[in-house]
Amino acid sequence: MPRSETTNVVIAGLGGQGVLKASDILSGALFRAGFDVKKSEIHGMSQRGGSVSSDVRFGSKVYSPMVPPGQADYLVVLAPSQVEVARPMLKPSGLLIDPGMVPEGRLGNKKSLNVALLGVLARHLDLADNLWHAAIRAALPEKLHAANLQAFAIGKTP
Amino acid sequence: MSQQAAPSRRLVSGNEAVALAALHAGVKLGAGYPGTPSTEILETLDGLGGPAEWAPNEKVAFEVGLGAAFAGARALVTMKHVGLNVAADPLFTAAYTGVVGGLVVVSADDPGMASSQNEQDNRRFAVAAGVPMLEPSDSQEAYDFALRAFELSERWQLPVLLRMTTRVCHSATALETPGYPVPAAKPVGFVRDVPGRVMIPAYARPAHRRLRAKLAEIAAWNDREGPNPTIDGDAGLGIITSGISFQHVREAAPEARVLKLGLSYPFAAETMRRFAASVARCLVVEEGDPFLYEAARTLGIAVDGKPEMYRFGELDVERVSRIVAGDTSPEPALPAGKPPELCPGCPHRNVFEALRDLDCIVTGDIGCYTLGVLPPFSAMDTCVCMGAAIGVGLGLRHTLPPVEARRVVSVIGDSTFVHSGITGMVEMVYNPPPTGHVLVILDNATTAMTGLQEHPGTGRRLNHEATSKVSFEALADALGIKNVRVFDPIVESDKIPEILREALGKDELSLIIARRPCLLAAGAIKVREKQPRAPK
Repeated sequence: MPRSETTNVVIAGLGGQGVLKASDILSGALFRAGFDVKKSEIHGMSQRGGSVSSDVRFGSKVYSPMVPPGQADYLVVLAPSQVEVARPMLKPSGLLIDPGMVPEGRLGNKKSLNVALLGVLARHLDLADNLWHAAIRAALPEKLHAANLQAFAIGKTP
Repeated sequence: MSQQAAPSRRLVSGNEAVALAALHAGVKLGAGYPGTPSTEILETLDGLGGPAEWAPNEKVAFEVGLGAAFAGARALVTMKHVGLNVAADPLFTAAYTGVVGGLVVVSADDPGMASSQNEQDNRRFAVAAGVPMLEPSDSQEAYDFALRAFELSERWQLPVLLRMTTRVCHSATALETPGYPVPAAKPVGFVRDVPGRVMIPAYARPAHRRLRAKLAEIAAWNDREGPNPTIDGDAGLGIITSGISFQHVREAAPEARVLKLGLSYPFAAETMRRFAASVARCLVVEEGDPFLYEAARTLGIAVDGKPEMYRFGELDVERVSRIVAGDTSPEPALPAGKPPELCPGCPHRNVFEALRDLDCIVTGDIGCYTLGVLPPFSAMDTCVCMGAAIGVGLGLRHTLPPVEARRVVSVIGDSTFVHSGITGMVEMVYNPPPTGHVLVILDNATTAMTGLQEHPGTGRRLNHEATSKVSFEALADALGIKNVRVFDPIVESDKIPEILREALGKDELSLIIARRPCLLAAGAIKVREKQPRAPK
């Protein structure tokens, strides 16, 4: 992708689903690839089971940390109920990645859905797998590495 | 002792960047009270091995920081915007006394109210108290400006406000260190300065004059060499901005000439005047109140401001584009997300169900339990500020007809009770309403709302090491409240209506403590209670 333009990703879901962890991993992988990256999210009330979303923007130089409505190139949604809530963030030409893109039966642990959907996103971003793997290891405790690396691979493989 | 690690480039939040700067500056003390979006600063400082502690509230945190600064030590005090209201009393007079060691006060504002009861713009405090204010716009500046704040604080011997906002605190952006050079620290030791620090009127009058003289000096310095860069651009449109708004401006109007105010108080008046004169049209773009706009206009500088509709909520690139275009057409409404709710199994739930079923008039307070206002509970009638549950409840009791007064219950959380509820309880025994009163403390053994922080009622310090534990029932006993009842709202859930009914029927003062650890904290609390971390 051209480095001169800013690419916008929005990750949305419900509190407790790992939205913020997914954006940590995504921004970590992009930062390792040498992009300027900004990640922005809202804490607080959102942690009590309400809607949560996190913005990740990357390119050669990023200014605002927030994705403006209707400007997301990729919208990753972790909860089916949040698809319509978050859809206005997506560009008309943008790509929606929803939970249906990772068949439930294929995931060993449903808690890894966030990382599996990052795997789906990874099909569209030109980032080496080792950067993703390093970001996953950096963001999660060691005992969760194997399950999440596997979830990422499941999502990445069409 | 300053400690500076090897050169590095990392992706960190603004809060983490401030903690790192405080560590590198060799702070001797970090104090605060948890509050979104400021909480992670002290937690990160502790994680890095720095000195960090939770105070009962922001006023005490500020005072402890001020004492450290009187001793010549560097101190960092952190709070959310409304916390500075609580700490305002010492802040205003600390501007008179001044400091020896650097005292940096972080005010983390919440425009848009992601997790707050108002969206006050604390830049007003810098002017009102007369303290210099730095406004970072990303994590690099959060780090650099925190170090500059210590430097300015020591150079002019004044507390310095580091004013951040949610999108600076909670956005992760690149941070390169070493950044701004770490200023050398002074030795710590007590030097008596009675006229400088004892603010009786005779000493305070000259102190006020000293403060205004310092501010005039800083304003002149700010014009000469303050951190207020101009980004060159088309002379047709110039934009004056500060903080996070700068980032939106650069994207919304990349062709514009921009004056970015880093030290936004004392005002760099000549800098603003020269800038405005260099462009055909000069526009101020800022989140929240028209703070810079009013300052510029008062100085006689011809600037345009934003339409009033953009005073509300956060700015973003889209809204800044509209401000630049003067677009006041209605903004498209985004679909409402799922609101937060009390967790399934939360011990607060049973109490709110009983309050609802008994048709109580509930004066509530700040915390997770404010969610008791929403269905299916709909069991809260007021929520204003930390501790207000008790005073507001008493005011209702004093003035409502007795039949209504007897329905009034004050509900407050454990951390909030320690923060600002104790004085309310004193008021309750000092001026008891004729119908008595019922105070309920929802004691879930943690500061849940902000992410499970310790407080004086948990018996553990910020780093979870064991310390003295404040007993609410012993406080009530000492105050002479005869009816004190402690129960478990899960195990004894069936008794809650009766416990409340009995207290409400008494025309006496009652304290009811619903004690059960927060579900999210219970596991960690069990481990900490079994294996207490010994004090250092």
